[in-house]
Amino acid sequence: MSSITVAPDAGHLAGRFGAYGGRYVPESLVPACHAVADAFAGAWADPGFRGSLAGLLSAYAGRPTPLTPAPRLSAELGVTVLLKREDLAHTGSHKINNVLGQALLARRMGRARLIAETGAGMHGVATATAGALLGLPARVFMGERDVERQAHNVFRMRLLGAEVIPVTTGSRTLKDATSEAMRHWVTDAGEAYYCAGSVIGPHPYPTMVREFQRVIGEEARRQCAAELPAAVPDYVVACVGGGSNAAGTFAGFAGTAARLVGVEAEGGSGACRGEAGVLHGSQSLFLQDEHGQVKEAHSIAAGLDYPGVGPEHAYLRDQGRARYVTAGDAEAIAAAVRLARAEGILPAIESAHAVAWVIRAAGTPALPAGSTVLVTLSGRGDKDVTTLMAQARL
Amino acid sequence: MPYITGGVRPDWTAYLAAFADAGADLIEVGLPFSDPTVDGPTIQEASCAALARGATPASVLAELAATRAGVPLIASTYANIALRPGFAGDLRRAGVTGLIVPDLPLDELAGLSVPGIEVALLASPATPDDRLAEIGRRSQGFVYAVSVMGTTGERDQLAPSAAALAARVKLVTGLPVLLGFGISAPAQAAAAAAVADGVIVGAAIMRRILDGAGPAEAGAFVAALRAALDGPAVVR
Ligand SMILES: Cc1ncc(COP(=O)(O)O)c(C=O)c1O
Repeated sequence: MSSITVAPDAGHLAGRFGAYGGRYVPESLVPACHAVADAFAGAWADPGFRGSLAGLLSAYAGRPTPLTPAPRLSAELGVTVLLKREDLAHTGSHKINNVLGQALLARRMGRARLIAETGAGMHGVATATAGALLGLPARVFMGERDVERQAHNVFRMRLLGAEVIPVTTGSRTLKDATSEAMRHWVTDAGEAYYCAGSVIGPHPYPTMVREFQRVIGEEARRQCAAELPAAVPDYVVACVGGGSNAAGTFAGFAGTAARLVGVEAEGGSGACRGEAGVLHGSQSLFLQDEHGQVKEAHSIAAGLDYPGVGPEHAYLRDQGRARYVTAGDAEAIAAAVRLARAEGILPAIESAHAVAWVIRAAGTPALPAGSTVLVTLSGRGDKDVTTLMAQARL
Repeated sequence: MPYITGGVRPDWTAYLAAFADAGADLIEVGLPFSDPTVDGPTIQEASCAALARGATPASVLAELAATRAGVPLIASTYANIALRPGFAGDLRRAGVTGLIVPDLPLDELAGLSVPGIEVALLASPATPDDRLAEIGRRSQGFVYAVSVMGTTGERDQLAPSAAALAARVKLVTGLPVLLGFGISAPAQAAAAAAVADGVIVGAAIMRRILDGAGPAEAGAFVAALRAALDGPAVVR
């Protein structure tokens, strides 16, 4: 049996990216999704809300983040590499951009608590942080396996006052944490706000999270214009778990000639090897067996250890507007070490997947010598030191 | 309407006859899915057990096709399974007459094509009135009233939201209204039947089956639920 049929005529519906997206949630969550969609539409059109968010992003989160040339790596690879430094944002990754937006929205909606799932723990830490800042208690669901491999972030969340709930079902990683967060949301839909960590979930989450992450791409576009003679890089590269740092980066370059490249983990490549399906509220591409059961992903990067991809990426892939490729565990570790030694920047293992692809592709037709390439470094590697100690053969 | 997860045990189809003999009006058969986001721990465990045994939605339906249950069969599964091509044919060949897809709300129904199968919609305590009316109009066979804001799973008592919802649904449809989610004991079934046309019992049955109850023992529980219903819960 083939995967589900993608209806090409669904594009007119709200919350659709071509046939992908939608709102596949239990009836009990439909009103909650409507409430979030209405509140977001109102907030996004409200200069007061935009001003509050912009204020937090600059005074609290440290935006704009720099665009850093990588001269030694560039010389080694024969391509000009520019790094968009989300690793320097408060809490250590791009996740804070989205969470500040959603936490402000939750407060505007009068919600009493935040619920989130997390993989690598960066979204959980960002949610715990925003919760502390805005006085909203946070409850974070995290696969038991990730609780073990990202122990540092688990402690950070608890230190920030959040409750971390280990999820023991299935693969005990991000997929199961997301399922459990959604189950919990149903029980508390009246008072809690579900704060999705990526461009996944039912409408309006994929669109809303992209809009909150758009700041990455818009800043980078301006910074590239100042930095590059051609104003726009030839290639724009970001790692893809659910796809939020990539979606935010790509949003800034959608109207340019830049080629967009999303780098997935080899064992979590929804956009490269997935088939159309429905999971966690939207229709998108998921790794599945021939019976429609969703497979478990496997990646050393907890944040990329997810069998699917956000619906907009499925659409960009089908349209040919973005290209999706993969990088493996060992390659990502090697890339993290290489970037650390060449430029003094230790990226998160997730972000290192994007760097790994650039290293592999440089000088090939996929990334010809002499090209300029913008790479979003979605986060910093401090959380990964334990993994690196075990894996990096120094 | 008792529920069983298809494929949970090698002899799972034997439970169908036991449920019918115990007085079930309909039987809901769950087609296992890897990520049952609307189910609590008991039915998650049952789905996991079925998949671990190698059951698939197609194998469960093939086993159903070879079984005489004696009462109408309603399949339930998730959108990722229900939206696959060929699914409607598999349902019809299995002799299934109705379908429940808990993660496919009204707004996404247009994507589902299962001619000849009645698609029952779910109503929730959170559903606003105008939407409830549309659910009442578009549901087929019966309306599944979700008694509580939560997942499937046993609860100590019938949620207070159940009676209010059942009454609201009855105002907007002529179809039978079945209350489900959390109904775990005969007394709760009786209380539910006072406000609705019937009850759906899933996790309380599946916990017994997972704990080792055979068809006779599980059937006895269904018979106790049946006896507790004040008069027969006539569904069609
Ligand atoms: C540093 C970092 N990069 C990337 C990701 C992947 O998420 P997304 O694809 O939504 O950007 C994560 C998720 O945990 C992360 O922590």
